[in-house]
Amino acid sequence: MDAVVRASGLAKRFGGVVAVDGIGFEVSHGEIFGLVGPDGAGKTTLLRMLAGVMAPDAGAASIDGIDVVAAPERLRERISYMPQRFGLYEDLTVDENIRFYAELFEVPPAQRRERAARLLAASAMEPFRRRLAGQLSGGMKQKLGLTCALVHAPRVVLLDEPTTGVDPLSRREFWRILYALRSEGVTLLISTAYLDEAERCDRLALLQDGHLRFCESPAELRARMPGALVEVASTSPREVRAALAPLAGVRSVLLVGDGVHVHVDNAARVPQLEAALSERAIAFDAARVVMPTIEDLFVALLGPGAQAAA
Amino acid sequence: MKLRRVRAIALKELLQTWRDPRSLMMALLVPVMQMLLLGYGVNLDIQHVPVCTLDEEGSFFSQALLKRFQASRYFELVEALKRPGDIAGAMDQGRCRLALVVPADFSRTIAQTSHGTLQAIVDATDDNSAALATAYANAVIAGFSANVQAVAMQRQGLPVQPPALVVQSRVWFNEDLESRNFIIPGVVALVLALVGAQLTSLTIAREWERGTMELLVSTPVTPMELLVGKLAPYFVIGLLDAGICLAFALVWFEVPFRGAFTTLLVTTSLFLVVVLSMGYLVSVTIRSQVGASQIALLLTVMPISLLSGYAFPIDQMPAPIQAITYAIYARYYVTILKAVFLKGSGLAALALPVLALVAYAIALAWLAARAFRKRIE
Ligand SMILES: Nc1ncnc2c1ncn2[C@@H]1O[C@H](COP(=O)(O)OP(=O)(O)OP(=O)(O)O)[C@@H](O)[C@H]1O
Ligand SMILES: [Mg+2]
Repeated sequence: MDAVVRASGLAKRFGGVVAVDGIGFEVSHGEIFGLVGPDGAGKTTLLRMLAGVMAPDAGAASIDGIDVVAAPERLRERISYMPQRFGLYEDLTVDENIRFYAELFEVPPAQRRERAARLLAASAMEPFRRRLAGQLSGGMKQKLGLTCALVHAPRVVLLDEPTTGVDPLSRREFWRILYALRSEGVTLLISTAYLDEAERCDRLALLQDGHLRFCESPAELRARMPGALVEVASTSPREVRAALAPLAGVRSVLLVGDGVHVHVDNAARVPQLEAALSERAIAFDAARVVMPTIEDLFVALLGPGAQAAA
Repeated sequence: MKLRRVRAIALKELLQTWRDPRSLMMALLVPVMQMLLLGYGVNLDIQHVPVCTLDEEGSFFSQALLKRFQASRYFELVEALKRPGDIAGAMDQGRCRLALVVPADFSRTIAQTSHGTLQAIVDATDDNSAALATAYANAVIAGFSANVQAVAMQRQGLPVQPPALVVQSRVWFNEDLESRNFIIPGVVALVLALVGAQLTSLTIAREWERGTMELLVSTPVTPMELLVGKLAPYFVIGLLDAGICLAFALVWFEVPFRGAFTTLLVTTSLFLVVVLSMGYLVSVTIRSQVGASQIALLLTVMPISLLSGYAFPIDQMPAPIQAITYAIYARYYVTILKAVFLKGSGLAALALPVLALVAYAIALAWLAARAFRKRIE
C-alpha cells in the first residue's frame, strides 16, 4: 500500500542531548504504527516533528505528500496530534473544549454534534459533558483528548502515550475506537508505554537513545528473538530467578505476573532449568516454552547485551 | 483570517477570564479601587499657605488685591513686611512660603500700559507645592483682574533669584483649583494600562504554562487569528473599564467633562491597542505568567505614574527627564485625556498626540502580530 507518512534522516538535538538521531521510516495507509522505547528514547520528539509543531534540525518528513518541515500549515486539517501532556483547557467543560477545537478546524456544527456524540458514547463520557475538564479523572481527560483530536475527522492521527494513566476498561474503549478508525482508512501513529498495547499495533518502531533500532511487525520482531523463551510458573519467582540467572545458556530472567520468563539460547535447556530448581528444592509448577511477549522482546532486543545478540 | 476561529478564541478567553477570580477582580475591581485610591489619596491641593506681603504702593487698589489672597482658602496672610530685605529672613525662618511684593508704581503702570506686574516669591524647597502655590496665586490674581500679571520668582536661599518660574497656564483650565480635577482624567490611563497589560500578559504565558500551547500550535489557527482573538475580549473589557472610570470621574468626583465622548472613545481605543499589544508581546516573549505580569507592571505603572504627567506636570520636570517623557506612550494619552476633560478639545486640536498614539498602536500591533511563532522548542 501507499506510504502516507514518510520520514528520513530526522534529527533533533537539545543542547548536548541528541533526542532523535537520524530516524527514517514509512507508514502505510490505514496502518496502526506503534512507537515504543524506554523513557527519553525520543518518541515525543519524533511525534512533535511529524506533527509539524517542532522543527527538526535535519531530515525530511512528509504526510500525504505534503512536506511537514516546509509547509506544516498545509497539513493541519488532515492530521491530528494529541500531545503526551494533557493539552486541553481545565477551566472549560468537556463540551466547551470539544466545541473550541471543532471551531478551530471549522467543523460544521452538525458534524461536530454527531461526531462528538458518537465519540463520547464510545468512551462512556456522555454523563460528563458539562463537567470542567480539570475535574475529570486522568483516564477521562485522555478520552476527552482523543475526542477533541478526532472531532475534525483527520486522515492521520498522531497520539503520544494516549493511554498512560488510563484504567484497563477505558484502554479497551480506546483501542476499540482506534480499530474503528483504522477500518475507516485512518492512519495512526501511537507511542505507548504499555507493551501489551504494542502487540496491538500492525508495526512497531523500537526506539532507543534517539535511534530506530527495529521497525517491524510484532511477529517479525518475535522471529528476531534468538533462542527460546521458557515460562516457569512459581509462587517464589525471586528465588527462581536467583537460581536460574547464573546458569549457562541463560541470557536473562524477567519477573512476570505469576513466575518468570527465562530467555535461553536453546529450547533444549529446559531439562537443565528444571534440574537446577529441583536441586535447590524450589517449588515450581511447570517449565514450558512460550511465545515471547513484546516485553520479553524489548528486554532481549534493547536490554543490556542486546547489541551482541542482535 | 477566519472570523470563526477568531470568535472561538475570543469566546474561550472570555470564559477563562470569567472563571478565574483573579482575572475577574483585575478586570472589574481594579478600576474602582484605583479611582477611589487616587481620587482621594493623591490630593496635591495645598491650603493655607502662609503669605508675607510687602506693599510698596500702599494704595486702596493694592490692598484690595491682597485682600483677595486673604479670602482664598489657599492662602493666609501672616505678616506685612516693611522692607524688601525682610523677605529672605521671613522665608528662612519658615514664617511664610510665599511673599507677594506690590511695586510702588503698581497702579500707575496698570493705568498707563494696562499691564501690571506683581512679584510672587516662592519658597521652592518643595518644587511641587511651589508650583501649585504659584499657580494658585495666578488664579487669584486672574480673578482680580485680567490685566494684572504675576512674575513668579523661585527662591531657595539668598540672594533672591531672578524670575525663573514662568506663570503656569494650567490653573486656567482648572479654575476651581482642584488638583483632583487635574489628576483624575489621567487615572483612566493608569487603570487601562494596568488592567489591559496585566490581563494580556497572562494570555500566551498561560497557554505555555498549562501545556495547552502544544495542542493549539497543531491546529490551523494563524498567529494573526490568535492575536485578534486574544486581544478582542480584553479590548471590550478595557472599554468597559474606561466607562467605569468615566462614571466615577463624572458622577462621584464631579470632574468637569467638556469634550466629546467620541473623541474619548477613539483615543481610548488607540491607547488600548497600544497597551494590549504590549501585554501580548510580553506574554509571547516571557512565557511564564508571573514573569510576564511583572514585566508588564514595570512597563506600565512605573512610567505612567512617574513620567506621563498624570499627576506630576511634565513641564516642571528637569529637561532630560522631559525629553524621556516623549518616549512614554501614556504621555500622549494623558495629554489627550486632560484636554478632553478640562478643555473640551476635539480630535483636530489634538492631532499631534493622537498621531503619536496611532504610531505607537501600529508599531506595537505589528510587533505583536509578528512575535508569535507556531512552533515549540
Ligand atoms: N524541549 C526539550 N528540551 C531539552 N531536552 C529535551 C526536550 N524535549 C526532550 N528532550 C530530551 O530529549 C530526549 C528525548 O526526549 P523525548 O521526550 O522525545 O523522549 P520520550 O521517548 O518521549 O520519553 P518519555 O517516555 O519519557 O515520554 C530526552 O533526553 C529528553 O530529556
Ligand atoms: Mg514522551
